[in-house]
Amino acid sequence: MKLKEIIEKLQLKVLTGQDKLQVEVTGGYTSDLLSDVIANSKQGNLWITLQIHQNIIAVAKLKDLAGIIIVNNREPDEETLQKAKEENVPLFSSEEMAFEISGKLYELISS
Amino acid sequence: MTKSDETLLSQHFEITGGDFNNAGKASTSIKEILQEIGIDSSITVRTSIASYEAEMNVVMYARRGELTLNITPEKLHLKLKDEGPGIKNIDMAMQEGFSTATDEMREMGFGAGMGLPNIKKNADKFELFSIPGKGTSLDIIFCLNKTEKK
Repeated sequence: MKLKEIIEKLQLKVLTGQDKLQVEVTGGYTSDLLSDVIANSKQGNLWITLQIHQNIIAVAKLKDLAGIIIVNNREPDEETLQKAKEENVPLFSSEEMAFEISGKLYELISS
Repeated sequence: MTKSDETLLSQHFEITGGDFNNAGKASTSIKEILQEIGIDSSITVRTSIASYEAEMNVVMYARRGELTLNITPEKLHLKLKDEGPGIKNIDMAMQEGFSTATDEMREMGFGAGMGLPNIKKNADKFELFSIPGKGTSLDIIFCLNKTEKK
């Protein structure tokens, strides 16, 4: 499923990466531990997290993730937004909690 | 020097302790180099994981460090050398879950005690040498002639 479709269905707010919405999403990975995400996420995954600091961008970039969904209506740091723009990493935000977003994404991708 | 030991590519990166602003840059550059020269993607993924963890260890714990990427026809070698507190008990540091990270680092999602074990898991050969009070060096080697992990 394409990123664009997921954004519409999950009603995500697009913060950066507007031009990368045609990317195919391979799955999701929900975690707030960066070492865990580095070790276990897969290329094309959407990363669901509440971390908002700038170091999440390098992790997404290194693992070729489809993007990052920041949950609980948290606002990313200014440096994070800046880095996401520089590295062209799609960043989204959601009002929902990680549990809900993960469940919905799972439904969408597995159906 | 035999032909299989011939260095095809060598790159050097400086890492500054405490600089979370540039953390991950060396690893991102290394990944780009590997993609550019057409290293097998599974090896690139494993190298990215190991170099990121090694780089973050320097950022979190050391004053400064250097990361060198060396590629020969048979091997990809990441060599990391830092000036920092060193590791007192290496056996303990290699245990999954053991960490000396501060609360602040943990809040950022670091310090889960996964770093060194993750490096070892992804490498074909891994050597750690440390002098407490001086620094740590890591040799992380990936074999290029096999794509499967050891």
